[in-house]
Amino acid sequence: MTWLADYLGPEGFAAMRLSIWVSLWATALSLPLALWVAHLLVRKRFWGRELLNIAVHLPLVLPPVVTGYLLLVTFGRRAPVGQFLEDTFGLLLAFRWTGAALAAAIMGFPLMVRAIRLALENVDPKLEEAAATLGASRWRIYVTVTLPLMLPGVIAGAVLAFAKAIGEFGATITFVSNIPGQTQTLPSAIYAMLQIPGEEPQAFRLVIVSTAIAVIALVASELLARRAANRGGS
Amino acid sequence: MSIEVQISHHFQGFDLDVAFHAPAGVTALFGPSGAGKTTIIQSVAGLLTPDEGQITMSGRKVLDRAAGINLSPQKRNIGYVFQEARLFPHLSVSRNLSYGPKARGQAVDHGYQEQIVTMLGLDHLQDRRPQALSGGEKQRVALARALLAKPEVLLLDEPLAALDAARKEEILPYLERLRDHAQVPILYVSHSVSEVARLANHVILLRDGKVAKAGPVEEVFSDTSAAAVLGLRESGAVLRARVTAHHEDGLTELSGAGTKLHLPHVMASVGDDVRLRIKASDVMLSLNRPDGISALNVMEARIEDIHAGQGPGVLVRLACGDAHVLARITQRSAKTMALAKGQTVFAIVKSVSVAQADVGT
Repeated sequence: MTWLADYLGPEGFAAMRLSIWVSLWATALSLPLALWVAHLLVRKRFWGRELLNIAVHLPLVLPPVVTGYLLLVTFGRRAPVGQFLEDTFGLLLAFRWTGAALAAAIMGFPLMVRAIRLALENVDPKLEEAAATLGASRWRIYVTVTLPLMLPGVIAGAVLAFAKAIGEFGATITFVSNIPGQTQTLPSAIYAMLQIPGEEPQAFRLVIVSTAIAVIALVASELLARRAANRGGS
Repeated sequence: MSIEVQISHHFQGFDLDVAFHAPAGVTALFGPSGAGKTTIIQSVAGLLTPDEGQITMSGRKVLDRAAGINLSPQKRNIGYVFQEARLFPHLSVSRNLSYGPKARGQAVDHGYQEQIVTMLGLDHLQDRRPQALSGGEKQRVALARALLAKPEVLLLDEPLAALDAARKEEILPYLERLRDHAQVPILYVSHSVSEVARLANHVILLRDGKVAKAGPVEEVFSDTSAAAVLGLRESGAVLRARVTAHHEDGLTELSGAGTKLHLPHVMASVGDDVRLRIKASDVMLSLNRPDGISALNVMEARIEDIHAGQGPGVLVRLACGDAHVLARITQRSAKTMALAKGQTVFAIVKSVSVAQADVGT
């Protein structure tokens, strides 16, 4: 990896590492929640379902700056939720990489839920009924029937969310700012370098890296989904 | 082992209200679509909760609305074979088969599994995916999967309806074997008279959400009022006969219905019991023993009931020995012959089909 560090320079390399780190966390943490929300939206009929649907999709339509600002007024150190998290769990979000992960997770969430939801809608509940008559508990049915059958969609959703997290800019910079080595992700680094005369070649190298990550993620998701589809045969 | 069902359920524009008892063997739930067959079987499975009633399986209450008992499908220990197989597409045949035991945390009983797999002819299909199976094979796998869960009750929801005639013929012998060997009650939903005639020990005729008639298949199928549910074209008696000889000219002689019957070669050994189905429209009546007639099977019979429907025909129920046969003739014939209850006539049977060989006992 040293050649990459040399190629990108210390600041650029740190930004790349942070971006991948933040995006992995964002994806991993939002996945269980997205599975649950998709399940609620597809399979449950409850009061407020439409509201939940709108809330999930909000980050997709709001200007990212607005999302970032809302995060700041909710999770900032002086904000109620932020203060509570800091007091109880010692978890600090504002102007930390953790905050960047939260922002990335929220921005990628609608994409993830949409993909999983589509996949779940295509799972035939009759198969789950059949599993129930064979004695499988609800949880077992979910793990052995539902999840395998929607796996290609889950993978696609996770990759989409990861790619979105890598590219997230507006909400992140608003919520956690652009501190090199701490909250400076790839897009913020590129943006910062473009502000400084003569740094353009440096910025261009980060552009190449961003593109490479995006392409690798897409190819990986394509392969995984194909394998899951062969196994699942949906 | 047996199952007791007493349920009522209200749908929009449809009320189901039934009570019946199903002993070991095949109990067919028969009726036109919309009669409530599937509602009943789903209630037994626990996939649908009826408004009121109770269901008892071998003495165990699985549903009692009044007492607030309603076991989930998981806890009812049933085997359910659906019309569309519903195999898990992401699992191989062998993993589909072991799904039930695994889900219940039981070790796979290899001896039993092998027995079922052999009985249903699945040995060579173990590694296949459901997508690579024919419709008949899928249904056999579904049947094996249900059986391997060692159910207390087997529910077959029109398992043959989605198959063509050839595939049906392929599966029916397996179902017959299952009926004769499995110790569990089998509820068999069907709207095919020939399937029921061939498989069922007991029949529950359903009409508009009510039990129109229930009893042993021989009794129900020879009931004149049941004909309306069975359909006039399909109505006809089911009776048992024993093979007494195979003649050199290709005919098989059977004793049944208080007489000797001659049928084209029957695939059964001398001494075997077979189940015969005689369609009402294949029976002619004569006041005198007919002479010089090509039909081989003439039975002396006593008229037990004459049932006039709305059409130009009447159904005549005949007692022949210990069996019953239905004849469908025109009202005009009935009038000119002056048929009456208790009268002795001769039934000329134009054709007899063997509903099923090897009835057992």
